[in-house]
Amino acid sequence: MIRASIVGASGYAGGELLRLLLAHPEIELAQVTSERLAGKSVGRAHPNLRGVTSLQFSSLESLEPCDVLFLCLPHGEAVERFEQFSSLAERIIDSSADFRLQSASLYAKYYGKEHPRPQELGEFVYGIPEIHRDKIRDARRVACGGCNATASILGLYPLYRENLVELDRTVIEVKVGSSEAGRRATSTSHHPERSGSVRAFAPTGHRHTAEIVQSLENGVPIEVHLTVTSVEMVRGAVATSHVFLNRDMSERDLWGVFRAAYRDEPFIRLIKERQGSYRYPDPKLLAGTNFCDVGFERDRDSSRVVVISAIDNLMKGSAGQAVQCMNLMLGLDETTGLSFPGLHPL
Amino acid sequence: MNACPVCGGGVNLPINAVLSELLDCGECSSELEVISLEPVRFAEAPLEAEDWGE
Repeated sequence: MIRASIVGASGYAGGELLRLLLAHPEIELAQVTSERLAGKSVGRAHPNLRGVTSLQFSSLESLEPCDVLFLCLPHGEAVERFEQFSSLAERIIDSSADFRLQSASLYAKYYGKEHPRPQELGEFVYGIPEIHRDKIRDARRVACGGCNATASILGLYPLYRENLVELDRTVIEVKVGSSEAGRRATSTSHHPERSGSVRAFAPTGHRHTAEIVQSLENGVPIEVHLTVTSVEMVRGAVATSHVFLNRDMSERDLWGVFRAAYRDEPFIRLIKERQGSYRYPDPKLLAGTNFCDVGFERDRDSSRVVVISAIDNLMKGSAGQAVQCMNLMLGLDETTGLSFPGLHPL
Repeated sequence: MNACPVCGGGVNLPINAVLSELLDCGECSSELEVISLEPVRFAEAPLEAEDWGE
């Protein structure tokens, strides 16, 4: 068995990783850390896991060597302790934003400070398998993509890959659930304030813009305009992206483009139907799954194409993506432990 | 194997298919109507109109 540990396992993404790894047939979960809950049972933080495991949270100081180390710490903390972590495991998968960007200047622009270890940035492979599968297979360090970035990138990648859109006119609106804000309660997450709210919390300047640009540009600068709005749901992110074709293409042509990009992808589904309740991707159906559903429509009256891409932010947008990357890094079937098809109705 | 008129994906005509028979495209889930058997041709099946506040 492969021994894996999770640092920062009391948060929502850590809890999802726990759930996935406890059921993974090739993994023995060695340690899970939480400074606040050290010595307490895992079920204290994740009640869905009561009776499933007898694991207790450990402190960081007691962390022992393992085969794969997952980092689910708040942004900025993985990089601060990187020496400790890199001495404990040959393979590290980081869910934070600390190592996602290849460029130190891009990091400084979007995170407002210099990267503490810029020499490490090139050591990490960006963890979206649909784009970097071969590199992830050979990687020792993977930085998982941000949830909003993952949904956006997977929606737009086929069009950018084939250079089919105007490079200075991409507008993305992402609607997200409350779990994206993390586990810690604040005055803005207080139920009377949050419930029923449609909150534009990042009209411009969202940090995930940098990952989207990094992933989609192909040697030529591009402009991506991202807005993120939180809506009344717990899990899920849906990106509605507006791009403009640089040549005449029919809907059938676009089907061919998306099909060519994703035909063999186990976790991408093309969803575009003319009838029924779920004609386009809807994150409601994706709760707990590792799917990214992608749909599109070409505007009859212009060159605009609207791409809709949906994920469970805690799964394909975090823990599921991390396990998919781990499977690749270990030479396992990529889908191992990730076959849950979701629930309906929910 | 015949092409779906919506997405271009492959659609198999069932044995003993008849004119006006309805079937689904396995790729885009469009409901298709068989409008010709020789040669085989499909068209999108008509839908009931819906008004979503438009």
